[in-house]
Amino acid sequence: MNLIQEALLVAGKDLRIEARSRVTTQQVLPFGLIVLLLFAFALDPDRGVLSRVAPGLFWVAVLLGTLLSIGRAFAIEAENGALDGLRLSGLDGSALFLGKAGAVAVQLVALEVLLTAGVVVLFNVGLGGIAPLVLATIAATVGLAAVGTLYGVLSAGLRVRETLLPVLLLPVVAPVLLGASRAWEAAIDGASGDAWPWVALLGIFAVLFTGIGMLVFGPLLEES
Amino acid sequence: MQPVVRLRSAVCLLGRFPALAGVDLDVRDREVVLLSGGNGAGKTTLLRLLAGLVPLRAGTGEVLGHDLATDRRGHRRLVSLVGHETACYDDLTVHENVRFAARASGVDAPPEPVLEQLGLQPLAAVPHRRLSAGQRRRLAFAVALARRPRLLLLDEPHAGLDAEGRAALDQVLSGTAQSGLTVVLASHELDRVRGLASREVVLTAGQAHGSVPEPASVPDPEAAATDSRPPARATGERSSG
Repeated sequence: MNLIQEALLVAGKDLRIEARSRVTTQQVLPFGLIVLLLFAFALDPDRGVLSRVAPGLFWVAVLLGTLLSIGRAFAIEAENGALDGLRLSGLDGSALFLGKAGAVAVQLVALEVLLTAGVVVLFNVGLGGIAPLVLATIAATVGLAAVGTLYGVLSAGLRVRETLLPVLLLPVVAPVLLGASRAWEAAIDGASGDAWPWVALLGIFAVLFTGIGMLVFGPLLEES
Repeated sequence: MQPVVRLRSAVCLLGRFPALAGVDLDVRDREVVLLSGGNGAGKTTLLRLLAGLVPLRAGTGEVLGHDLATDRRGHRRLVSLVGHETACYDDLTVHENVRFAARASGVDAPPEPVLEQLGLQPLAAVPHRRLSAGQRRRLAFAVALARRPRLLLLDEPHAGLDAEGRAALDQVLSGTAQSGLTVVLASHELDRVRGLASREVVLTAGQAHGSVPEPASVPDPEAAATDSRPPARATGERSSG
């Protein structure tokens, strides 16, 4: 098998497990919606504030959902010593990284679609420039999945991984929160030109951490 | 012939504790070597060292021609380890777990023959989480065999198995010479396993005894393949049986 085939094998396995366990559909997605609802309760009755801060709230909800998805992606490897099975498989570290990050990205897309509907309905937000909105979302999703997978394997073998992962991950993804929120703000306001620099920043972040992840995931897996 | 395993003064640390403190071990092609010794003697660490899952801190080691000191990943596709856990996924079925492990190891053959061999075919569609402890153990063996290893490492292989499972496992072990497998297994069930092993190595406080046999004392695997069980015994400090 080549790199892509190996990555698809790992991603298929992770997505099949998620489909069976329904953790994404019954826990992560409802969690994201609950976060949006709580923001709505907290900032009501001034709906003008809600629509202005909607991009930031959306991406904070996505970040929190990312933490759950990443934690879950590595919890399934910790059960029954499956991580040893992955190490013994001889699968390429880059393929493992791409597979696990890819599966996380698919789950994040599902979360983002649901939350987009949520901000439109709950926060009364109209989606303006679709192209920068979609590209910013794709780049941010790839970046979040890549950096999340990288820090997920870093904390995978630790007893304190559930509490350590957010502490490690959230500061690193601050540029994604900033860039994606600004790009969404500009796109929603119909100022697509202002969105592109942020889309570019998100793209650089995604490429950078995908590259780093492919290089170091294998060695990190050995130490986890 | 080059041994499948060759360790000299091998040292492995668990934290700062030397779990293996200078082990010498030779294992030849198609041998079934029993590791015995008390709790904490280093049996599990030795198996994990041979699988490339723990680093060699001192000494030299080769498994299937790969130097453990410089590359402990190169031989992993050729090695299967059945440890205390199944290394399977709760939400995948028996069939899916075996299929994934095989494909991840580059084996495209369907898993049905291995499932049949271990009596798991009726459970093929059952998720791992719904299996009993003994059935999970059998699944772990199925996963290990489906990867078509050259070296099979077993840690307490009979633990948790019912009579049918034990018989299936014994059949696998007694057919190693024909199947081209070399087996190193750690067990406390010495009476049962000595009858299946060609040689016994005793581990005490991270050191091995009887681990490097005299050339003449190792049974010819081809001859062993044609013999009925129990096999010819070896050698080392303590003969099995």
